[in-house]
Amino acid sequence: MAHMNMVQALNSAMDIMLERDPRVVILGEDVGYFGGVFRCTDGLQRKYGEHRVLDTPIAEGGIIAAAIGMGVNGLKPVAEIQFADYIYPAFDQIVSELARLRYRTAGDFSAPVTIRTPCGGGIRGGQTHSQSPEGIFTHVCGIKVVMPSNPYDAKGLLISSIEDEDPVVFFEPKRLYNGPFDGDPHKPAVPWSAHPKGAVPEGYYKVSLSKAEVVRRGRDVTILVYGTMVHVAEAAMRLAKVDAEIIDVRALAPLDTDTLCSSVCKTGRCVIVHEATRYSGFGAELAATVQEECFWHLEAPIARVTGWDTPYPHAFEWEYFPGPARIAAALTRVMEDR
Amino acid sequence: MAERSRLHVPHPPARPGEKPDFSYVTVTAAGEVARPDVKAPAREVENLGREMVRVLDDDGHALGPWNPHLEPEDLQVALRHMLLTRLFDDRMQRMQRQGRISFYMKSTGEEAISVAQAMALQPGDMLFPSYRNQGLFIVRGRSLVDLMCQCLSNTRDMCRGRQMPIMYHWRAGNIFSISGNLATQFPQAVGWAMAAAIKGEDHIAAAWTGEGASAEADFHHGMTFAAVYQAPVILNVVNNQWAISTFQGFAGGERRTFAEYGPGYGIPGVRVDGNDFLAVYAVTRWAAERARQSGGPTLIEHVTYRAGAHSTSDDPSRYRPKEEWAAWPLGDPITRLKQHLIGLGEWSDERQAALERQLDAHVIECWKEAASFGTLTEGPTLDPATMFEDVFFEMPPHLARQREALKRLAGSQPAKGSEQARSLEARPATAAKEG
Repeated sequence: MAHMNMVQALNSAMDIMLERDPRVVILGEDVGYFGGVFRCTDGLQRKYGEHRVLDTPIAEGGIIAAAIGMGVNGLKPVAEIQFADYIYPAFDQIVSELARLRYRTAGDFSAPVTIRTPCGGGIRGGQTHSQSPEGIFTHVCGIKVVMPSNPYDAKGLLISSIEDEDPVVFFEPKRLYNGPFDGDPHKPAVPWSAHPKGAVPEGYYKVSLSKAEVVRRGRDVTILVYGTMVHVAEAAMRLAKVDAEIIDVRALAPLDTDTLCSSVCKTGRCVIVHEATRYSGFGAELAATVQEECFWHLEAPIARVTGWDTPYPHAFEWEYFPGPARIAAALTRVMEDR
Repeated sequence: MAERSRLHVPHPPARPGEKPDFSYVTVTAAGEVARPDVKAPAREVENLGREMVRVLDDDGHALGPWNPHLEPEDLQVALRHMLLTRLFDDRMQRMQRQGRISFYMKSTGEEAISVAQAMALQPGDMLFPSYRNQGLFIVRGRSLVDLMCQCLSNTRDMCRGRQMPIMYHWRAGNIFSISGNLATQFPQAVGWAMAAAIKGEDHIAAAWTGEGASAEADFHHGMTFAAVYQAPVILNVVNNQWAISTFQGFAGGERRTFAEYGPGYGIPGVRVDGNDFLAVYAVTRWAAERARQSGGPTLIEHVTYRAGAHSTSDDPSRYRPKEEWAAWPLGDPITRLKQHLIGLGEWSDERQAALERQLDAHVIECWKEAASFGTLTEGPTLDPATMFEDVFFEMPPHLARQREALKRLAGSQPAKGSEQARSLEARPATAAKEG
């Protein structure tokens, strides 16, 4: 066991997969010689060469399209889009091509592409370096969508994604790269070495792409959450003084409905939290699923706490961010409802 | 031995610790390139994409048919704008290092491009800048205080706190909003120019992108539409050799120039010494006249060097030799214009030093004024509730509800109204739905 931050854990996952499987290639802007603007691919080109770890032109559509072609020709590409905010030029290639290739050729062609991309706010990135667009991708049939909340899961999920036969969009909450974050930007940063999930095996292991994780057992209310907000939800629970069951959804599509719904059926209350905007956000899918599966067990309406329905404002990121106070208010409300 | 296909990976001429090598930059002697008629067909001016239009020689003499013969007073104004841009950049970078602003991007070494082009165009021409074109705003007269207030996201911020620093815009000054996304403005500028032609107006548009972003599809959309409709637009590629860590070879610069994209689309491509104020000015005037006379678009490649980091988040010593800027064959645009003016007998080192002191004092004064409207760390601050405005023309009910929820939340935290983080110690806000 080693202590790793999320950057090191992701780097280790790619290192292992490059070593184990000669079909794996990494490509993206600045990922090669430089090692990535967040250092996730640091040292990999030096170790595996320029034909396995490729710097690319600045063309997200080109990166994904080329990855599809490589995938069709037998490679396992891991493409990095430098910020999730910059993924949209590749949208057509992801939605119309990558996601549907297997379906439209009745299984004759497919491309097992993994798309890694940093998402989320809290780094003063304004509206072009802070977005959480996971809900846009969960709406697309044929791609899997994952978002880890800690280094251990990040490594295991990335290895699973690379090995998966289907394309995976792998969102990395960049606020968590260097340490867990409980929603208070004024507290000193906490390193991953102080967190149990910062203990990461150095070798190969997998975390399932189809299982949510119960982060904390509780009786009062279930919090469905993923990414950065897992840690914020823990802080909110302490603030609201409730005994919450916290579930890190982790795999957004396909969804581990069993784990989510058996918890809500047990507690009878559900608060859904994500950093992305609310309207047609992934929380709507979670709420609909819980309503369908747990309706007769619910003691209170399902609550959602999300980013506001505006672009991410540079000056007001902490007013925008669905922090502990807002989550705690929702927890209090669902506990009051009878 | 049997031949086989092999993946080519571009390599920059030098990495950290190696000797800078710019032998790949083809430099034409000043005054050598002929200046064709502005109505010349694109395929008759293809040499302009391979050669390099230069006016100033190494001794600061202005030579050849592209010399715009500007008055010394105009050149002094240009020098002042370029120097002000550089001092502004330096000050803002220092303010970022002190934590007063969150981010910054300098244009050091590239000042001649924005300043010469803004001076060569008409005030009614619409500019679609990239994020290293602060000189456009300075030439058109936007006050430094306004630019600084944007970087500070303060109560006088033109973007009302919504954008990262340097993402300026200026509607009254005919400068479009800078986007953090790359090359997006290229085809938009073409559309603006098409509208000018549809409306029968004389205004033209100009857009800028880096050589790295010329790989984006939007660059090629812009080129195609400009060529098809012969739009009155000037499309500029600022080739500063580096796109964060990838050198210009990764954008396709190894086997042709960026200006040579033009002829492929049926557009004249002109490669110009981007550190030569007179050459940039002259080439821009040529393209502008062409556009105004129904000659259609021009692609201009400005050959320059990104002297600083990509941004304050970047450390170029990890991927390129520190000595590259000193070895750059086209020199420093400010030094070259200064030398030219001195040669004309219209300037001196003493006047330069005095101007520098004067402008530096001006920048400091502007900073003091801008900071009085708030910084990242000190008030006054904008009302956070304004974040819900301008999403739509009229605020829909769900946003109005969310704004009310934010206000209730702020109301429950008297300690420091807008700081949600303080609420960790506060009681949970009243139980109310959010939206």
